[in-house]
Amino acid sequence: MEYIEPNPSGAVTQKILCCECGTLISPNPANMCIACIRTRADVSENIPKQAMLHFCRFCERYLQPPNTWMPCALESRELLALCLKKLKGLNKVRLIDASFIWTEPHSKRLKVNITIQGEAFGTILQQSFVVEYIIHYQMCDVCCKQKGSDGECWRALVQIRQRTIHKKTLFYIEQLILRHNMHKSAMNIRETEGGLNFYYQAKNNARKMVDFLLSVIPCQYKTSEELVSHDIQSNIFNYKYTYFVEIAPICKDEVVCLTTGNSRYLNHMSQVVICSRISDNVHLIDPLTLKIGQLNAQQFFREPFQAICHQKQLREFMVMNIEPIRESGKQFGSYSHKHTLADVWVLPVNSLGTDEDEIHTRTHLGNVLACGDYVLGFDVSHAVVNNSVFDKIKQLPDIILVKKIYPDKVKRNKGRNFKLRRIGARTESMTTDNADYNDFLEDLEEDPELRKNVNMYKTQVQVEEDVEAPRVGLEELLEDLVLDDKEEAEEEAMTDGC
Amino acid sequence: MALRTQFQNSSDIGVFAKLTNTYCLVPIAECEAFYSVFEGELGDVIKVIHTTVGGCRIVGRLCVGNKNGLLLPNSATDKELQHLRNSLPDNVKIARVEERLSALGNVIACNDYVALVHPDLDRETEEVLADTLGVEVFRQTLAGQVLVGSYCALTNQGGILHPSTPIEDQDELSSLLQIPLVAGTVNRGSQAVGAGMVVNDWIAFTGQDTTSTEISLIESIFKLSDKGPNNINQMRSVLVESMTS
Repeated sequence: MEYIEPNPSGAVTQKILCCECGTLISPNPANMCIACIRTRADVSENIPKQAMLHFCRFCERYLQPPNTWMPCALESRELLALCLKKLKGLNKVRLIDASFIWTEPHSKRLKVNITIQGEAFGTILQQSFVVEYIIHYQMCDVCCKQKGSDGECWRALVQIRQRTIHKKTLFYIEQLILRHNMHKSAMNIRETEGGLNFYYQAKNNARKMVDFLLSVIPCQYKTSEELVSHDIQSNIFNYKYTYFVEIAPICKDEVVCLTTGNSRYLNHMSQVVICSRISDNVHLIDPLTLKIGQLNAQQFFREPFQAICHQKQLREFMVMNIEPIRESGKQFGSYSHKHTLADVWVLPVNSLGTDEDEIHTRTHLGNVLACGDYVLGFDVSHAVVNNSVFDKIKQLPDIILVKKIYPDKVKRNKGRNFKLRRIGARTESMTTDNADYNDFLEDLEEDPELRKNVNMYKTQVQVEEDVEAPRVGLEELLEDLVLDDKEEAEEEAMTDGC
Repeated sequence: MALRTQFQNSSDIGVFAKLTNTYCLVPIAECEAFYSVFEGELGDVIKVIHTTVGGCRIVGRLCVGNKNGLLLPNSATDKELQHLRNSLPDNVKIARVEERLSALGNVIACNDYVALVHPDLDRETEEVLADTLGVEVFRQTLAGQVLVGSYCALTNQGGILHPSTPIEDQDELSSLLQIPLVAGTVNRGSQAVGAGMVVNDWIAFTGQDTTSTEISLIESIFKLSDKGPNNINQMRSVLVESMTS
């Protein structure tokens, strides 16, 4: 440690005795020798001699508080600047020099030799000292997102579940999310049996997702918190928040059994009805009278009801004869204009050619059915239904026809002229998913209302002309930008190269 | 010998007390510990007088004197003057001066034979000084400082100067004053040596903060070590010389 003379003069000044130890020194404002000054005053006392640096070992970047991560090589200028910024008391003294001292690369220690000038006892003192930095491993946000989202870094979780066999509604939700780009803020998305999990870094993003779901699908949610850590001194509690969103367990084209309360609310609709669509409300239609009704989420969950027949339990029938009904007695309530009431005689497909009688029933599909069409229906008389409300209903129709089906299902699946994007980079993997997914695509083809909320992209598949099935017009399809641009870019690159 | 003491927790003894070979002035204070130190050491030999100057307790800085006389600033009241006249021995002349630089203890440093004064001191004051105190007056600065009374402490044996005084100045002053001089500090490195201590030919009082190095310097330059008020032997040789020459 040296000391700086405030007024260096040419003449030799006399020596005086240091007032502490008596050695001969030149006079200085403290009138003490350097050793005595050093024992009394430490210029570097306010500067910490140990500090901590955070380092992400996956991407090899150092944390610059508050939020940026910087890649720095060992013993580089940027690292030195980062180290100096960490020292709090350095702005009160003048920094003369700073340099690294070599340490073992795996020792997780950095040593910096710092020279500062500061004031003590009226004189300016220059002092060198070594500051040791301990490197602490911490995961940066990017690596966190990529590597571990389950159980490690997420702060909020949205679990979307629907307790039903068919996945149509979940696919529809997926397409809605894609259309509105709600999946961008999620750290990670996992598919589980019965639903989806969205992992978020911040609670407000999860809240936004929950609000979005509440507005597009009939659902209800529950929140729960798990305490991760708490700081007693400053009363800070860190939680992991979970939103459990339960979607109404009714899918499109399911036969449901309403409770009496619901039926009364919906202008005394009959209790056995078909769900015609799930949008933000549950749309119901009575196949025998064409009455329609809607229930929103609150109304549904106040008195929830169940489906008594899923799509997989429907049986195929063939239409023998059909006669539309005119002038049906209309009472109060709203009636569907898109359907026509008709009397129809059908035979189950597996009993075609036998001597069984045709079964008569009424249906709302009068405008789509013709003789010889195949139709899916629910055989009420032969069905075993486990529903207490259903057991109390006195009058039931024999068959409820739900949906027309088209032949050549395989060809139809191959010859689609559109495709959809999926969340995540996965393709249709699970086999049980496949059938459901195809059903969902068929629904899209058949129902233009459903298509309004879904982005559909053109595909290069050749359309089979001889398949009779509803088709999506080309004007409704979007250009799938990502792949096309890539191909165009590649072509351009090739032509430029030549 | 050199003693450490404090005036009400302040180490600057020379501010509050004035010590000469024939009398000592201490301020009137609520706590008499300061006075009792002086009384204990000096009570048998010389008079220790309680006083204030112009109502202030900083008597060391306001007045200046030696064995021949005492000078007071114009702020000294008649009552104080009377009190001093009654208390001091008869051979000590007392005078009050009208001076712009009224802190006489800061601007004048003297022993029984010579005095160093502030370069801007009035001519009349200089004459009064020479008359009353019987000294030869020199106008000087010390290490660039004009307040000579604060930055040097003089007795007939030696003197301590401001620590930054250059060697040439020290030599020049030493030959002028005919006494050995040294540059030093008092009260743990304080540069105001005149304000930090009082000293006469056989005893010195310094502040509580003075380190042992400084004490040993004081004792050696003022020739105080282990000799009580019996340095009459050395004075005798000087007296004989002055009488015969």
